[in-house]
Amino acid sequence: MYRYDEFDKAFVAARVAEFGDQVARRLSGELTEDQFRPLRLMNGVYLQLHAYMLRVAIPYGTLSSKQMHKLAHIARVYDRGYGHFTTRQNLQYNWPALKDMPAVLAELAEVEMHALQTSGNCIRNVTADHFAGVAADEIADPRPASEILRQWSSIHPEFSYLPRKFKIAVTGAEQDRAAIQVHDIGLQVVKNDKGEIGFVVYVGGGQGRTPMVAKKIRDFLPEQDLLSYCTAILRVYNLEGRRDNKYKARIKILVHEMGTEELRQAVETEFDALRDTELVLPAEDIRAIEAYFAMPDLNEREEGHGKLATDKKSDAGFADWVRQNTVAHKNPDYRAVTVSLKPIGGIPGDASADQMDLLADIALNYSSDELRISHEQNIIFPHVALADLKTIYDLLLPVELATANAGLISDIIACPGLDYCALANARSIPVAQKISERFADMQRQRDIGELKLKISGCINACGHHHVGHIGILGVEKKGEELYQITLGGSADENTSIGDIIGRGFGPDEITDAIEKVVDTYLAHRNNADENFLAAYRRLGQAPFKEALYGSVDKAA
Amino acid sequence: MKVLTANRLTDGESVWYAASDWSRSFYDAQIATDADAESRLATIGALAYANNEVVDVNLIDVTLVDGKPHAQRLRERIRADGPTIDYRGQTAA
Repeated sequence: MYRYDEFDKAFVAARVAEFGDQVARRLSGELTEDQFRPLRLMNGVYLQLHAYMLRVAIPYGTLSSKQMHKLAHIARVYDRGYGHFTTRQNLQYNWPALKDMPAVLAELAEVEMHALQTSGNCIRNVTADHFAGVAADEIADPRPASEILRQWSSIHPEFSYLPRKFKIAVTGAEQDRAAIQVHDIGLQVVKNDKGEIGFVVYVGGGQGRTPMVAKKIRDFLPEQDLLSYCTAILRVYNLEGRRDNKYKARIKILVHEMGTEELRQAVETEFDALRDTELVLPAEDIRAIEAYFAMPDLNEREEGHGKLATDKKSDAGFADWVRQNTVAHKNPDYRAVTVSLKPIGGIPGDASADQMDLLADIALNYSSDELRISHEQNIIFPHVALADLKTIYDLLLPVELATANAGLISDIIACPGLDYCALANARSIPVAQKISERFADMQRQRDIGELKLKISGCINACGHHHVGHIGILGVEKKGEELYQITLGGSADENTSIGDIIGRGFGPDEITDAIEKVVDTYLAHRNNADENFLAAYRRLGQAPFKEALYGSVDKAA
Repeated sequence: MKVLTANRLTDGESVWYAASDWSRSFYDAQIATDADAESRLATIGALAYANNEVVDVNLIDVTLVDGKPHAQRLRERIRADGPTIDYRGQTAA
């Protein structure tokens, strides 16, 4: 794992001291709210419906046990004993007091964490595949590039006042688990004919009120040019991006208005001017960063193959969990484990301080001291020996952390919605809970198969509804909550924006409507191997509209 | 009818203006039933904001249901009663 160098330590410490001073001046009245608001946002402090909210960055979703213990400690001491893992691999505390914020940030700095650039019109926390470094299908670990981008973008003076926020995601495999095509910049690690590492570069993806799939503007960017090229993109955006209208200020709008080719040319022109400057990454520096992310020394654990088979035979629930929640590891004696934060009827992404401590202990003892946060709001143990799977399962089961639903319909992404969020128009969590309960039968979920259901409580789309196989968007209509269904979205290497299927449903109708959509899929699929998304892409909207509205006319 | 609401500066907690001070309970809120009373509440809110006691100050619409105030918007009902879900920290509220 990456360790802060002296520069990282000094600049985080300086920012903690600076923000401590700003908070003190705000509390004394020396700073007005108008003066203070942008300062607190630069440090990840929002004001929500009930209280302040602190969003802590978890760069590329990677955590040590010590860091997870610290998150638990902060939840317990400064909040109400829990936290919420988000779709951008961050953690949000829902109830921290402003007066405690300097102490919280100082505690985070002790374990090399911070809340910088988790808000504001800057380059946000860089996200990556949660199976980085582990996945058998990976070309290279995306985290060294992510870390280089983190260092480059942290308090970057030129890019601290962009037209709007800017999000970068990196995947190391062809199978995209980081949703790179709905990011401002999406990077996919590839190898060229000569075996050299580089990136496919996508620009201008995003969700929100104007969802757009990113456009590919480069097939191969040599790794040494990562910062020159990203700087070129940011320069074009910083100069040309709109500042007159908040809703048209993201780079996706610029790409759309300029056209992909013209934007590509503008970026290449900037890049030509930058490619031989100090932004070129020396190979030894890249290798030095890569060394931080090297595969840990994993002992041979061949005994696990036999033990796992025996354990699965003796415990059907465990066998289901292994099948659904673990994936292949580069080392055949090991697997990566997804710990679902979606117990049936639970709050997606929430974890209690006690659960966080348990997860940290398990990571220390059974996963080379490492955890990951997925953008699907789950926790990953990246390096678990087959022989230890049953031990882990038995530890997770009593505390509602062993739900075998990874990738199934109850593995729902949901934003905090109107239960917490000042921007929301409708609640998300209760909708997720009711759907989860409706499909509680695990055998039924497995019969339905892979189905990504994503819920947002407003058009800002933090719950990624546009790219859910089934998406739900909560809106407010005449003072009531109303839920629109979109179908056919996807955030993988074949990214698509879901189609709005028709008029919305009330809070008491939406669960039935989702069940109708699912039943329609089951009735029309070719076979159990044709998942929901594939069936929808083959069938189109018609059978689903028919099921929901009786006839197409009524759907208008 | 309106009541005055805000979030406390020091801890961000939602508060409502009661007869002479801010209360943690929506149900203590003083209800303005005419324009003059609304104006008085607005002045109190502006002063409290200027004095750095509260932030995000708003007058919100309420009705009376069984003699108790009832916020017209769901958003404000959720602010008044807390998250509608069985969340982990609610016993600490």
